[in-house]
Amino acid sequence: MGDVEKFQNIIEIKGLQKIYTTKRMEKILALKDIHLEIRDGEFVTVVGPSGCGKSTLLKIIAGLIPKSGGTILLNGIPVKGPRKDIGVVFQDPVLLPWRTVLENTLLPVTVQGLDKKKYTERAHRLLEMAGLSEFGNKYPFELSGGMQQRNAIIRALVHDPAILLMDEPFGALDAMTRENMNLEILRIWNESAKTIFFITHSITEAVFLADRVIVLSSRPGEIIETLPVPIQRPRDLGVMSTPAFGEIVKRIRSRFKTIGDIE
Amino acid sequence: MSSRKLLRDMIRNPKATFRERPELILIPLVFFSVVSVWEFLVRHYHIPLYFLPAPSLILEALYRGFAVPFTNIGGYWMHILYTMYECLGGFFFGSIIGILLGTVIARFELVEKTLMPYIVGFQTLPKVAIAPLFIIWFGLGLTSKLVLSAMLTFFPLLVNSIVGFKSTEADKIDLMRSLAANEWQIFYLVKLPNALPFIFAGLEMGAVYSLIGAIVGEFIGGEVGLGVMIMQMNLVMDIAGVFATLIILSVIGICLHIAIQAIEKRVVFWAPKHIETIGV
Repeated sequence: MGDVEKFQNIIEIKGLQKIYTTKRMEKILALKDIHLEIRDGEFVTVVGPSGCGKSTLLKIIAGLIPKSGGTILLNGIPVKGPRKDIGVVFQDPVLLPWRTVLENTLLPVTVQGLDKKKYTERAHRLLEMAGLSEFGNKYPFELSGGMQQRNAIIRALVHDPAILLMDEPFGALDAMTRENMNLEILRIWNESAKTIFFITHSITEAVFLADRVIVLSSRPGEIIETLPVPIQRPRDLGVMSTPAFGEIVKRIRSRFKTIGDIE
Repeated sequence: MSSRKLLRDMIRNPKATFRERPELILIPLVFFSVVSVWEFLVRHYHIPLYFLPAPSLILEALYRGFAVPFTNIGGYWMHILYTMYECLGGFFFGSIIGILLGTVIARFELVEKTLMPYIVGFQTLPKVAIAPLFIIWFGLGLTSKLVLSAMLTFFPLLVNSIVGFKSTEADKIDLMRSLAANEWQIFYLVKLPNALPFIFAGLEMGAVYSLIGAIVGEFIGGEVGLGVMIMQMNLVMDIAGVFATLIILSVIGICLHIAIQAIEKRVVFWAPKHIETIGV
């Protein structure tokens, strides 16, 4: 990788460590020596067994919990706490039940004191993109699970952050909805040109979405493999049955043989 | 089902409505049976008036009490006004103080840790037992009743608002923090609305307690109010009057309850209806 390439890294993680101290004062190494460089506009997925620290990694990047060592640069600026140029999607939609779908979408605008008028227009466009334009004035409890998660995704996009961090966002959805959401997120990524850092425990989901799959081991969480996914875009669900796709999935799965099966 | 829609259904298709909801017939039926049996027994066995008056006499006492000029101290009007004033005033101040202190306690852990033993101690104390002291401190007038009513309202609101503020899911806090929200934004955008269903549960309880506070205060000592009236009527064996006053009190209680529920329905329409009332 040349110097020019390096300059384009929107996320740069070097020697990241996370040590938890339990109530009994035992120290647990959750993340060990993570090195990761993500280019602007890249779709990177992280896959690993549960408890491997992948959510911890995401929360550290989002500035929600402190790291124990190493450096993280987002857009060249060290992470010192939560910041406004990222959007986070959690496993649950985490919508505020007293706000309408539109108001939920606009939550980052309210919090960050952005121009309401300008961003309301943007919110309406996002609602349309997510197929929610008729639900702007409804409340979250009137939506299905998939619709709620779409609401959460466009909420993370409304303030136009450069980076989207997604923590197993489709883990709670049924298989059919999940596949649809996968197509949906690829379309959104394609249209919005964001960098997406996507955590999942589903190997097929990881491969289907990614430019690059990062494989984490469990306890301590350590990158054991980085696999490029050279499958042509745009992708449809059909690529899942191609030999190339199967090869990559097989390769990742083999890495987990030693540390216990996932999925 | 709204009551207006229910009424329309009853007029349009009474048979079907009653078949679907037999309680609509059973509730008034129980009332009329009890009242009729009561009337019959009292008359048939010549139960003395000072022991148990017939329902018809209670109704008559009720009528007599209202058929007087507003300012006549022998009628109900002034007494209702005073008791309502004490109860609503106590409810208002008790709720405000309870919610404010609850907010502070939920926000600062040290305040909670310091005050909790006292709060628990007070909770277990039957608070009406302090009423005689309040009469000494605040006199026989309105103030002592206001304070007692406020104190009784205070506790359910304190406890419910603490629980409400603390019940905010970690996920919601994480979401707000991920957006770089400050403490104040997290409070008014998430914690406060999240606590509202709990606060309303507290208000429903507080309304009942505020009325108890006003009445007990009047029992202990006072010149005007429905509690005073009950004591005086009891003294002269006007038991029909006592019953009539009890009916007025329960009507006041029901009105307060309905008013709070109506506001609750509008404010926290989004909340699932399962929040238990906590604290006494």
